[in-house]
Amino acid sequence: MLTLMHFQIVSAALFSVGLYGVLARRSAVLILMSIELMLNAVNLNLIAIASFTDPERFTGFIIAIFVITVGAAEVGLALAIVLRMFRNRGTVNIDEIELMKW
Amino acid sequence: MTWFLFILLSVMVIGGGLGVVTTRNVVHACLFLLFSLLAVAGLYVVLLAEFLAVVQIFIYGGAIIIVLLFAIMLTRSEEYPSISDNSQWPLAVVAGLALFSLLTATFVVNSRSFEVMHRVALTDLGRNLFTDWALPFEIASIVLLLALIGSIVIAKVERRR
Repeated sequence: MLTLMHFQIVSAALFSVGLYGVLARRSAVLILMSIELMLNAVNLNLIAIASFTDPERFTGFIIAIFVITVGAAEVGLALAIVLRMFRNRGTVNIDEIELMKW
Repeated sequence: MTWFLFILLSVMVIGGGLGVVTTRNVVHACLFLLFSLLAVAGLYVVLLAEFLAVVQIFIYGGAIIIVLLFAIMLTRSEEYPSISDNSQWPLAVVAGLALFSLLTATFVVNSRSFEVMHRVALTDLGRNLFTDWALPFEIASIVLLLALIGSIVIAKVERRR
């Protein structure tokens, strides 16, 4: 029988894969893709919990819709920043964007 | 049948995610991401959340992948293969595995037997969204508007006079 735990484990695996991508990648676009993976893992977790435990209140579903909204806004804004970074510095390698690095 | 779909879609989700974080070709990474996100939409269908599956396909499959591909095309693509991974990737593997084992242990230890999935009627969801959650909904639309205007302002090319 399919239980909540199985979905939670899949979502934990997806989140860990996204965390690896954020930590190991050097290109800003690839880091953004990994962040999308992590957002989707969170969404999967929210919807699984809402679908298994929450029969008449829709909190999990509605928060998942808001997460999708904020994710879309974040991608648009972050890609605009990446484009501007590329135009100013000629690279999307975040190791070379060290202006604000300590 | 549900088990089979769940296993298949989970393998697709995790496999697509691993493809995103391991491939050196950035366009392939984008297509792996699309694959993974569509499999997540399939998992939403298994969870009886069909509306969110449709939203997932529209927004991620339709909008976000296109925007990512545009950004890849507008930035120089020759440097991507040489800058895919940094030198800290073994540390990142350790961090990912540690987080995964921690979360999995927590979920297994604290698993309660929720076995019944509830189907949410779309009309109830919409009524709830526009009554109890009306204010957050409007704030979310303002956030989207501001993000779009902000990204236009940031990405705009200034013309020298």
